[in-house]
Amino acid sequence: MTDSRERRLELKGLHSWYGESHVLHGTTLHVNRGEVVTILGRNGAGKTTTMRTIMGIVRKRKGEARLDGHDLIATPPHKVARLGLGYVPEERGIFSSLNVAENLTLPPVVKSGGMGLDDIYELFPNLEGRDKTVGTRLSGGEQQMLAMARILRTGADFILLDEPTEGLAPVIVDEIAKALVKLKALGLTIILVEQNLKFATASADRHYVMDQGQVVDEFTNERLVSDMARINAHLGV
Amino acid sequence: MPDIFGMPVAVLLGQVLLGLINGSFYALLSLGLAIIFGMLNVINFAHGAFYMFGAFVTWMVMSWLGLSYWPALVVVPIVVGAFGAAIERLFLKRLYQVDHLYSLLFTFGLALVMEGLFRHVFGSAGKPYPVPQELTGVLKLGFMFLPVYRGWVIIAALLVCVATWLVIEKTRLGAYLRAATENPSLVQAFGINVPLMLTITYGFCVGLAGFAGVLAAPIYQVSPGMGSNLIIIVFAVVVIGGMGSIGGAILTGLSLGVIEGLTKTFYPSASSIVIFIVMVIVLMLRPAGLFGREA
Repeated sequence: MTDSRERRLELKGLHSWYGESHVLHGTTLHVNRGEVVTILGRNGAGKTTTMRTIMGIVRKRKGEARLDGHDLIATPPHKVARLGLGYVPEERGIFSSLNVAENLTLPPVVKSGGMGLDDIYELFPNLEGRDKTVGTRLSGGEQQMLAMARILRTGADFILLDEPTEGLAPVIVDEIAKALVKLKALGLTIILVEQNLKFATASADRHYVMDQGQVVDEFTNERLVSDMARINAHLGV
Repeated sequence: MPDIFGMPVAVLLGQVLLGLINGSFYALLSLGLAIIFGMLNVINFAHGAFYMFGAFVTWMVMSWLGLSYWPALVVVPIVVGAFGAAIERLFLKRLYQVDHLYSLLFTFGLALVMEGLFRHVFGSAGKPYPVPQELTGVLKLGFMFLPVYRGWVIIAALLVCVATWLVIEKTRLGAYLRAATENPSLVQAFGINVPLMLTITYGFCVGLAGFAGVLAAPIYQVSPGMGSNLIIIVFAVVVIGGMGSIGGAILTGLSLGVIEGLTKTFYPSASSIVIFIVMVIVLMLRPAGLFGREA
C-alpha cells in the first residue's frame, strides 16, 4: 500500500561506528513521503545511532543513505539540515546558555513553509510568554515541546523524533501525541523512535524493529496492533 | 584631600587609574582567551605571542610602509586575526579530536617559535613607537596628571570589550556561538557551519590580541618578550574569572589591574604576586572561578 508512494529516505546496508565500536551492522529501511515510521527495539539496538548516522553526527559510516535522491554520506554535516531534515534528539538538546526565544529561533530556516510563531504557540500553548526563561529551566515536557517547535519553525519536512515521550507525565505524553497527529496531517514525514507502544501506534503507518544494529522485522500499523505477541517477542517484554 | 589608611586619596585614585590601564590589557587578552577556551576548548598559550606580533606589525607598518597609528589600529588586528585564522585552519583544527593537552603544547610551541623568530630578526631590545600626535599631552584630573594616551587605552579597550560582550550575549551570531559551545554537533545538525565558525572565532580573538598589541606599542617597548611577560598574568585572570566566562574575564581583568595598582601603593614588594595570591584563594573557595559555572 504505502510502497506506491514516493520514496524519501532510503537506507541500504548502512554501517556506522562510534570510534572503534561498530554499532550499525547493515541497516536497511525506507520511508515514503508523508509517512510516520517508527523504529522499535531494545536499548542499544541502534535506534538513536540510526538517526545520528542519517544526520551525519556519526561520521564514520559506510553503505547507502539517500534522502530525495541526495547522497547523505557525501553531504557535509552542516548541509544535511538544508535537505529538509530536522532532528529532535533524545536528550532534547535545549541550550542552557540561551533563553526560550533564542532556543526557538536558533536553527536557521531551511525551507519555506515552516510554522510561524502563532502556529507554534497554538500547537504548544505552554511555550507562549516564556521567551525570557532560560531554556533548561522549562519542565521536561516543555523542553520536549521546545525541541520540536524549533525544528518545525525551520520548515524541515522530514523530522527525526527520538523518544519524545521519555520520562514525561501521561498528560504531557497525550499533548505530544496530539501534536504528532497534527504534524502528520500537515504532510510531514516522520521517523519516530519510541518505547511507548501505545504512543507509537497512535499515529504511525509502519514499524521497523531493530536488534544489534540491524532491522529484523517490519510491520504495518494494523499488523502490529493485531499481533502484539510478535512485537513483544522482539522487545522481550 | 583626606587620607585612607595613611595614603592620600589622590595617590590612591592615581594608582586605581594606573591599575585600570594594566587591567585594560588584561581584559582584552583574557576576553579572547576565555572565548577561545569556551568555544574551541583550546588553552591558547600563543595569545601573548599574538599580542607581541600585533605590536611588532604596528611598528613594521610604520617603519616600512609609513602607516601611522590610526590606520594601524584597523589594519593590524585584521592582519593578526587573519594569521590566527590560518593557524587554526592549518594546525589547530587537526587537534580538536585529541586530548586538550596537544593543542596546549602546540600553542605553547608556536609562542616559543614566534618569540624566537622575532628575537632573531629584531633582537631582544625594544623598538620605540611614538605616541600618536593627537593623543600626546596630559589631562589634569585634580588628583593626578593622566597622559591622554593612557586614558585613550582605557576607553578603547572598554569599548571593544563591551562590544564583544554585546555581540556574544545579545545577537543571533552570539547565540550560535553560545549554543556551539554547549553542543557543537547538534548546532551543526541544525545546518550551521560550525568549523567555519570556529575559524572565525579564533581569528577574531587573535585579532583582539593584535588590537591590544597596537594599543600597547606606544606605552611599552615593542619587544619579543612582551607577550610572555603578560600571558602568565592573563592566564591567572582567566582562571580567577572562570574559564569560558566572557563577562567574567572582562570584569576580572579590570579589577585585578586595580588590585595590582593598589598593592603597589600599600605594599609594593607584593605587587607582582598579588594576582597569583588572589588566584590561589579563588581556586580554594570557588574552583570554577568567580563567574564560572560549576560543572
